[in-house]
Amino acid sequence: MVNDMPDATDTTSETPAEAVSMYERIRDAEPAPPPPRDLTLETGIAPASAGADDANPVIIDVRDLNVYYADFHAVKDVSLPIRQNEITALIGPSGCGKSTALRSLNRMNDLIESARVLGTIEYHGVDLYGKNVDPVEVRRHIGMVFQKPNPFPKSIYDNISFGPKIAGYKDNMDDLVEETLHKAALWDEVKDKLNESAYALSGGQQQRLCIARAIATSPDVLLMDEPASALDPIATLRIEELMYELKKDYSIIIVTHNMQQAARVSDRTAFFSVEVNEQGQRTGHLVEFNPTRRLFTNPEERETEDYITGRFG
Amino acid sequence: MTAKLSDRQRATQEAVRAQIEGKRSEPGAVIFRLMLIVMLLASLLILVVLLADIFAGAWATFRDRGLDFVLSGLSLNPETAGVWTGIIGSLIIAFMVILLAIPIGVGAAVYLEEYAPDNTLTQWIDTAVRNLAGVPSIVFGLLGLAMFVTLVNGIGLGGSTGGRNVIAAGITMAALVLPIVIITSAEAIRAVPRSIREAGYGVGATQWEVIRSHVLPSAFPGILTGTVLTLARAFGETAPLLVIGVATGFFSASADASFLDTLTGPYTALPVIVFSWSRQTDPQFINTLAPAAIVVLLVVLFSLNAVAIYFRNKYEKKW
Repeated sequence: MVNDMPDATDTTSETPAEAVSMYERIRDAEPAPPPPRDLTLETGIAPASAGADDANPVIIDVRDLNVYYADFHAVKDVSLPIRQNEITALIGPSGCGKSTALRSLNRMNDLIESARVLGTIEYHGVDLYGKNVDPVEVRRHIGMVFQKPNPFPKSIYDNISFGPKIAGYKDNMDDLVEETLHKAALWDEVKDKLNESAYALSGGQQQRLCIARAIATSPDVLLMDEPASALDPIATLRIEELMYELKKDYSIIIVTHNMQQAARVSDRTAFFSVEVNEQGQRTGHLVEFNPTRRLFTNPEERETEDYITGRFG
Repeated sequence: MTAKLSDRQRATQEAVRAQIEGKRSEPGAVIFRLMLIVMLLASLLILVVLLADIFAGAWATFRDRGLDFVLSGLSLNPETAGVWTGIIGSLIIAFMVILLAIPIGVGAAVYLEEYAPDNTLTQWIDTAVRNLAGVPSIVFGLLGLAMFVTLVNGIGLGGSTGGRNVIAAGITMAALVLPIVIITSAEAIRAVPRSIREAGYGVGATQWEVIRSHVLPSAFPGILTGTVLTLARAFGETAPLLVIGVATGFFSASADASFLDTLTGPYTALPVIVFSWSRQTDPQFINTLAPAAIVVLLVVLFSLNAVAIYFRNKYEKKW
C-alpha cells in the first residue's frame, strides 16, 4: 500500500516572495491527508493471507455479467478477473447475487430453465457461453461444492469414483480414490470404510467428501457455495485448512456469508451489494473487488466499509 | 440434594407449584378423542366382519377339499370346482401388466419429469393423465373391446376366441393402470432431492448419466410402491374383463392344450370367478366356494405385494 502524500507546502513554496497571512495559509492549505486507515481494530477481522499477486494469470475473466431469471434481474454488470491459484471470496448480504454469479461460472444456471446469462465469461480465454461449448465439459474443468453436503446415496468409494468413471478414467481407480481422499485430508478417517454409505459420515466429513468428489475429476477451478455454512466451527476450520492446501493446485472461488472466513482464507475479495426496486426485486451488483487485505483494512468504497464494520447488512 | 430453603424461596416454590401442578379438565378434548377412537373402531369393525364372514364361508371348502380346491379347474359341480384356471388367468394378466404398464409408465414419467419443458402442453398432459386415473374401469373395458381385441385378432393371436382372450385382457389392464404407474413414478422422481441432481451435474455428468445413476436408483423404492398399488388394482378389477369377454361360464381346456392355446383360448380370472360363483343358483357356490375363491385371491395378491415390498425395503435399506 503506497500512500502518495500530497505535499501540503507546495502552494506556499511556489510564491515565497509574497507575504501570506497565517490565516490565508491555513485557508488555502490542502487538507492534511488522512492517516492510512486500518479497519482491523474496528472490525476485529484480521485478514491473514497475502497471496494476491497480480503476476498470477487470470483464469476466469468475467465481464459485464448479467443474470436474469425470467424477468427478474438477479445480477447486474459484474466484472471480475479471477486469478490462478488464488482463493477469491464473494461476500455480501443475502440475495445479492453472489451465488448466482458463482453458478454462472460452471453453467450450473443452465439447469434452471428460465435463467439467462448475458455478458462474457472467459475461461483461459475461451468463452464459456460460446455456441459450441458443452456445459458438461465445462463442469469437468470447473468443479463445484455446494452449501449443504450432498454426497450421493452410495458408498464413499462410489462417491469419488463416479466422476472419473463417467469422464472415462481408465487407470487404477483404487489408487485414484486413495489419492483423492488424501488430498481432501479424509483418507485416514475413511480408509477402513470405503464401502460404507457416505451418509454414515459426519456433516464435516461429508463436506470434505464432496470436496474430494469435486477434485477427483482433476478440475482446475473449484467453486464453493458457502461450503461451511452448515458446519460447526471445528469442521469449518478443517475445510478452510483444506482450501488453503488445495490452493496450490486449484483456483478456488468461494461464496461465504462469513466475513471472518473470507478474511482468513481468501486472497481477493469481491463485495456484492443489492438494490431493491419498486417491485421489491433484488438486483445484486459488484461494489468492490480488491486484494482481501486491502478490502478489509482500507476499502475503496464507503458501502464496503459500512458492511464490514457492521453498519449495514 | 435439598438444601435448606429460605422462607422467601419456599414461598416462591409454593406459588410455582400452585401454578404448574394440577390436572387440566377439558371435556371437549376427551369427547373428541373418544369420537376418533369410535370412528377408527367402526372402520376396523367393518373389515373384521367382512374377513370373518369370508373366512367362515371359506373354512368348509378348505377343510373338505384342501389344496384340491386351489388346483382344480372350473366345473359346474360344486364338489369338484376349483380356482386354478382363475389363478393362471390372473397371473398372466398381472405379468402382462408388469411387462407393459411398468416400462411404459416409468418411461413416460421420466420424460415428463426430467425432459419435458414446463409449458402449457406438458401441464395439459399432466392433468390428462391424472384424470385418466379416475376414469371408471368399465370405460377401459370398452376401449379394450374396441381396440385391443381387434388388435390381438388382427395380429393373428385371436385363437378360438377371436381376440377375446387373456392377451387382450392383459393389454386392457395395462392401459387401465398406466396412469397410476405414471403418477406414482412421477411423484417418486420428483421426490429425489435437487441436491443429488446438482451433485451429479457438478462432477460433469450428462443428464442421462444423472438420471440413470442417481435419479432412477433414488426413485426406485417409490416406483416399486406404485407397482404394488398397480398390481392390486389389476388383480381386483372385474368390470373390464366382463366387457371384453372373459368366460363367466365354464370351459375346459383340452388336455393337450399348448401354451399358445392357453393364451389365445378362453380364459378367466380370480375376481371373475368370485363374481360368477356368487350368481349361481346352487347355494354351495355362493356360501362356501365364492368366499374360498376370495381367500385365494387375497393370498395371491398379498404374496405378489410381499415380493414388491421386499424389494422396495431392500433398496431403501441399502443407504
